[in-house]
Amino acid sequence: MVEYAWLVPLLPLVAYVFLLVLGRRAPEGIVAGVSVVLTFAAFLISALVFRSVGQSPDQTGPYVFHWLTVGTHSFTVGFEVTHLNALMLVVVSLVSTLVLLFSKGYMHGDERFPVFYQYLNLFVFSMLALVISPNLLQLYIFWEMVGLCSYLLVGFWYFKPEAALAAKKSFIVTRIGDVGLFTGIILLFLASGSFDYSTVFTAAAAHKLSLGWISNDHLVTLAAILIFVGAVGKSAQFPLHVWLPDAMEGPTPVSALIHAATMVAAGVYLVARCYPLFQLSPAALSTVAWIGGITALLAALIALTQRDIKRVIAYSTISQLGYMMMALGVGAYAYGVFHLMTHAFFKALLFLAAGSVIHALDTQDLFEMGGLYKKMKLTAWTFLAGALALAGIVPFAGFWSKDDILAAALESGHTVLYVFGLIAAFCTAFYIFRVYFLTFTGQPRDPARHEHAHEGSWVMTLPLVVLAVLATIGGFFNTPFNGYGLERYLFADSPQGAIGATTPENVGLMVLSVLVGLAGIGLAALMYWRPAIQPEKLARSLGFLYQLSFRKFYLDEIYYAIVVATGKAIAAIVDFVDRYIIDGIVRLVARIVATIGLGLKYTQTGQIQAYTAVAAFGVLILVAWAMWSIGGVL
Amino acid sequence: MFPIPTGSLLALGAILFCIGLYGALTKRNLIIVLVSIELMLNAANINLVTFSRLGVGPNISGQVFALFTITVAAAEIAVGLALLLAIFRVRKTTEVQDLNVHKH
Repeated sequence: MVEYAWLVPLLPLVAYVFLLVLGRRAPEGIVAGVSVVLTFAAFLISALVFRSVGQSPDQTGPYVFHWLTVGTHSFTVGFEVTHLNALMLVVVSLVSTLVLLFSKGYMHGDERFPVFYQYLNLFVFSMLALVISPNLLQLYIFWEMVGLCSYLLVGFWYFKPEAALAAKKSFIVTRIGDVGLFTGIILLFLASGSFDYSTVFTAAAAHKLSLGWISNDHLVTLAAILIFVGAVGKSAQFPLHVWLPDAMEGPTPVSALIHAATMVAAGVYLVARCYPLFQLSPAALSTVAWIGGITALLAALIALTQRDIKRVIAYSTISQLGYMMMALGVGAYAYGVFHLMTHAFFKALLFLAAGSVIHALDTQDLFEMGGLYKKMKLTAWTFLAGALALAGIVPFAGFWSKDDILAAALESGHTVLYVFGLIAAFCTAFYIFRVYFLTFTGQPRDPARHEHAHEGSWVMTLPLVVLAVLATIGGFFNTPFNGYGLERYLFADSPQGAIGATTPENVGLMVLSVLVGLAGIGLAALMYWRPAIQPEKLARSLGFLYQLSFRKFYLDEIYYAIVVATGKAIAAIVDFVDRYIIDGIVRLVARIVATIGLGLKYTQTGQIQAYTAVAAFGVLILVAWAMWSIGGVL
Repeated sequence: MFPIPTGSLLALGAILFCIGLYGALTKRNLIIVLVSIELMLNAANINLVTFSRLGVGPNISGQVFALFTITVAAAEIAVGLALLLAIFRVRKTTEVQDLNVHKH
């Protein structure tokens, strides 16, 4: 089955081409139907691939063919299925199918409905192809393609200035990371002469990667950190996280698919895929861990006070991606990937449920919602499942993965990171239930909007239900009850065999993290459900701290002051140089020539004889000069 | 035959050339200008013939070349006169000063 894995990305590509041929006037039913059916087929193939990789791990490729030869290097393209890839294929194709189905209801009536599906299919193709790329070059190509699709989809409603700006911002900020990734890839290529993962990793492990100016160990660290910079950009880690909240200007299904479940997880996937490299460099690993931990905490603190439902969930995504990075950084490879999987389910669910709410109310402001439980029971229940999973309450999916990460952080000796994670977990539980209570309980704050609210059609509710089930039971893929099935699956293809050893279950830590989660929920309930504490009073008494969180730690302002202002200052200098110095010289030359011409025009008498006389005198002078210089008779 | 010194012949050529140049630069009538140009050409011919007979390496090709020059000059003056006629038809004048359309 593994040798047919190339079909998985091919099917969405077929859908994309088909929709392209069908054009912009195609009926919605056909557009959505074709997309969903083909992507679902891709999911079925992925599932079969996943199973057969587990059964016979030695037939995983890479299957490559020759592409081109440059000098003495020859490049190949193809595909490769490892245990990690197979898992990613299943997650990506499953979430894609559900989001494509959901979009049928959400985007209904949009003028550019077929275009939206074209972009989405192109994205699904790129993402799946990224996952099964057997070398870094191919990965980089698809890495940029998912970035492009993200740009197109964030700016899908380009006539809104915020959406156009957000699209630009998301593209530019991730580009900063991409430059790092590209540099890292080139560095590895220069040192090893190959883009293939296995060749590079083998050379690195054998201490054969070195260039004239850098030794093996330093090169591995440098390359790993550069690759991580790429992951920081794509996975919205601090300090390049600022694009993800703005990317929420895109349609909500896009947020669910690209900015929660798949593309932003590509950074985590990249670090996981290059894990043999990271393992060789403790410095790179601890960079990953600290950036992850800081991101998890920072984003969770910001999410506490945001008013826009999608932005809260976006910051939550950043925070959860931080957890995954932290897990990879402290050596808990399997837990990072496990959290990636559970997060894909419950975060896609939260976004789609939020989309359902936005669809019903036509607002994203939490303080215009409220009391929706009576009108949208299904959305409320599924959102609750997602929220419980995110808050890490037993036995929902997020509990198992998040708890594993926290335990691994503590046991690997990263106590500070553990505390960061625990505080972030408390904030997570608080902010997501703040959203839940503000949206679904209490009285409607905007009765006019509430009047028309209603549940979407089955295309919108079915994905919610499926994802809610996955968010509830998804954690059981990797529990003591099945002997850590996912971990055993993932470790089967690690050459070292010891990527992130299984930590023995620590019941005390489990209880502690559940208690922290419940405390967060309790506080949210006291403030927004059964108001015992006035949120406004609390905000006022916290004063500066509240502002710090509400203003997102002023990071956008700081970046504006540093990066944008510096850029503008440089541009002003360049503008001055161009306008007055370079253009000035050009104009001066032109002015001189024009002045000479004005003077000389009086010699242009039109009299042939005058011209001839000048010519004759000229000849005379030349002859005289020639004779003088050769020492003739004159 | 009384030998004529080279210097005298070259001086004749130079004087003829200068007269031609003077005429070409100063005369107002285009016909006279053309005649003056012919004078300059013939001054060159005298030089050619002189060096052909009395030069460092006397050689018949100088005289042959002079014959060619006379032929070409004849053809050239035919073209020149034709142009002159054409100008006269259009402008009713052969005065050099009147032909100043190229003035700035």
